[in-house]
Amino acid sequence: MTETLAFLDAVGDGTAMRVLIRLFSAAVDIVPFAALLLVLRGWARLPWSARVAMLGCILFGFVAVYADAIAPFGEREIVGDVWQGPGTDCLSTADDGTERAGTCHLGTDNLGRDMLSRLIFGAQTTIAVALIASLLSFSAGMLLSFTAAVVGGWTDQILSRINDMLLAIPTLIFALVVLAALPQNIVILVLVMAVIDQTRVYRLGRAVAVDVVVQDYVEAARLRGEGWLWIIFREVLPNVWTPLIAEFGLRFAFAVLFLSTLSFLGLGIQPPEADWGGMVKDNKDGIIFLVPAALYPGAAIALLAVSVNMVVDWMLNRTASLKGGRG
Amino acid sequence: MSEAPGTGPDSAAATAPGTVLEVRDLHIGATVYPPNEPPRDIEIVHGVSFAIEKGKVLGLIGESGAGKSTIGLAALAYGRGGVRITGGEVWLHGENILALPKSGIRGVRGRRVTYVAQSAAAAFNPAHRLGDQVVEAALKHGLMSRREARERARMLFETLGLPDPDSFGRRFPHQVSGGQLQRAMTAMALCPAPDLIVFDEPTTALDVTTQIDVLAAIKRAIEETDVAAIYITHDLAVVAQISDDIMVLRHGNTVEYGPVQQMIEAPREAYTRELLSIRSDIKPQAEDQSGALLQLEGIDAAYGEVPVLFDVSMHLPKGQTLAVVGESGSGKSTTARVITGLLPPRAGTVSFKGEPLPPALSRRSKEQLRQIQMIYQMADTAMNPRQTVAEIIGRPLGFYFGLKGGERARRVAELLDQIEMGQGFADRYPAELSGGQKQRVCIARALAANPELILCDEPTSALDPLVAEGILKLLMELQAETRVSYLFITHDIATVRAISDSIAVMYMGRVVRFGPKDEVLSPPFDDYTDLLLKSVPEMKLGWLERALASRRMDSAGN
Repeated sequence: MTETLAFLDAVGDGTAMRVLIRLFSAAVDIVPFAALLLVLRGWARLPWSARVAMLGCILFGFVAVYADAIAPFGEREIVGDVWQGPGTDCLSTADDGTERAGTCHLGTDNLGRDMLSRLIFGAQTTIAVALIASLLSFSAGMLLSFTAAVVGGWTDQILSRINDMLLAIPTLIFALVVLAALPQNIVILVLVMAVIDQTRVYRLGRAVAVDVVVQDYVEAARLRGEGWLWIIFREVLPNVWTPLIAEFGLRFAFAVLFLSTLSFLGLGIQPPEADWGGMVKDNKDGIIFLVPAALYPGAAIALLAVSVNMVVDWMLNRTASLKGGRG
Repeated sequence: MSEAPGTGPDSAAATAPGTVLEVRDLHIGATVYPPNEPPRDIEIVHGVSFAIEKGKVLGLIGESGAGKSTIGLAALAYGRGGVRITGGEVWLHGENILALPKSGIRGVRGRRVTYVAQSAAAAFNPAHRLGDQVVEAALKHGLMSRREARERARMLFETLGLPDPDSFGRRFPHQVSGGQLQRAMTAMALCPAPDLIVFDEPTTALDVTTQIDVLAAIKRAIEETDVAAIYITHDLAVVAQISDDIMVLRHGNTVEYGPVQQMIEAPREAYTRELLSIRSDIKPQAEDQSGALLQLEGIDAAYGEVPVLFDVSMHLPKGQTLAVVGESGSGKSTTARVITGLLPPRAGTVSFKGEPLPPALSRRSKEQLRQIQMIYQMADTAMNPRQTVAEIIGRPLGFYFGLKGGERARRVAELLDQIEMGQGFADRYPAELSGGQKQRVCIARALAANPELILCDEPTSALDPLVAEGILKLLMELQAETRVSYLFITHDIATVRAISDSIAVMYMGRVVRFGPKDEVLSPPFDDYTDLLLKSVPEMKLGWLERALASRRMDSAGN
């Protein structure tokens, strides 16, 4: 156990995780591009909301992947005074002592770091962690819930009761206890978020899957002698995509918010690394002095949630069609 | 909607006295959204005219999509699901209701014209007592006090032959049978003492033995209250019992319109004759019925603790058809579930080709599974809506025979030919097929496994008569070609007569009669077989009264 923890510690703190996140966000970033390519021919037929949202997602993805190149200043670099206003001058000092003047377009934060740069680096952490956590929770939740629905009997009982048990513990308390006990690093954070969220996905997945499992075509597949993997992936899954995709949009937004909540409480992403929730926390006191610094990361969270959900809405229209989306 | 001419007294004078409803040159349209095309307007009903007098019943008959229900709802000045009345006039007691403003139409619906839906189970609110729902329209329109309405409801329950009329209204919809619910709905329609009732296939979802009682109750209620009615159905034999006039519709056009006697005894149009002659050609039964591809011996089965089948035995020779008949809940489908292994029996054996089959599905080999295939009643739910026709038919080919790629595509094309559908259907989704085509695809999926036995669970009962006829014909041709055997579950005696070699009659989980067709269908009958045979509507005037007078036991719905 201690060895595992030590390993997780090493991975989480080391640059390996950073590289992993970057690789992952690069891979994920291909998705909106690929989607864009796929719909490019049908771009004219896309509703305007989907177009705007798609562009928004691509923008967020792009910013996250190329944060190093885009950000005008470093993530941890102090470039000016505390809470400078937007558009003020600031000064960056390199390791060798050379100085470079620039402008802080969104001002500086509570420690005098460039707000825009931190927002850009924060996009990387926030999106990657939230996305990995929701993907993990969906994979686990769907696989477990479909197995419960298809196999039924004792398997269903055991899985469902374990899930109920987890559901009975308040989310935040559960996360607080576990994160306080385990070493604070990104891998554990992601896993904890995934496990907690998985219980909700399981609930929904089982509910929609049991409706499908009693259909005649599933019985026909059983009579044919199909195994349960075929039934899960070929008969059930395609028929429950619609509610699950809708849920994914929602869960992803929740994951961003949950991560922000944890960071706000000091248990999420650890300083000095930037993440949007943590940035709100760092700058919240500025609001009293009419410093808008805390509003930028808040707006970024809102924009991301809206963009993702608008894309999801458009995908819903496609998956809900029983005519292969040709209509 | 086109501007209707004035509703003054002079235009009303054009309507003959005693006429309750007159429909003139009714046009109904809708907007369709075809794939990859801009939406366009189509016309569903192209100029239909008819008139109904007080106390008379007009039967509207035709297959799905003929516009029957659409025309029926036009009598309430209503278009369902984006349907619009685009032209014509609907005169109710000398008043053109299509020209009425919204508030005027509200005074017509549920007060002067009422509606009886096909599925009473879906139309009643499960959360309210039947009595409250029955009197609701009368109260909302302020036609009578609550006490008067309750008294009238009680009287109607009695007229409709509902049990215990004093307390029937206290029950919830789930506490009564399907036939009783349909009669309660008729009571609901009659309660505000309307001028006209629209019956939209009120007996289609019922068993034959229940249907006859509901029909008789509706007929009696119409006679006693002297209301005018439109009766919509696709079963000419049913409509012949209850109507005074019949209008045959097809593709939104009137095919033939006239008094019931003339329509049944001397139809002028070819299409009417076709409807009349459905299932009149009967296959002779096989001579030698000694073999047994499938044999059931002393099967007892139960769902949990509730016993459903008692000592069920029957056998089916190779290349023949065994029809299993009986009403809902008689154990027909459960018998099929036992044969498939979905429900392992408590006692008894199922033998296939002389070998006993393992009782549970999970113990059967792939080869055993391949030889027994199944066709379902609802083709809609029997196919995965997310798979194309080629995937649906192709899967058994890949699963049982390991066919891949071009070979599989070739075999799918062959099968599509066999079920008389072109290869253009291969990449369609089930939602893009008609009801009959869906059932054909299900047949192709069963055939793809090259089975010895196909269990057909009421494969035609959800289809229009002419489409069902086509499916039965296809099944018979396939049997002649491939020597496949059918176990055919149905409650339709006419189908049984037409296609079976042997018959098993089931009642309350027991086989009450089993043997070659001619023997089972000739007297002396046991009481249940007698009831079943007498409940099948015949295309003869006065059948209903004769059948009710001569049957020996009451149906279970009472």
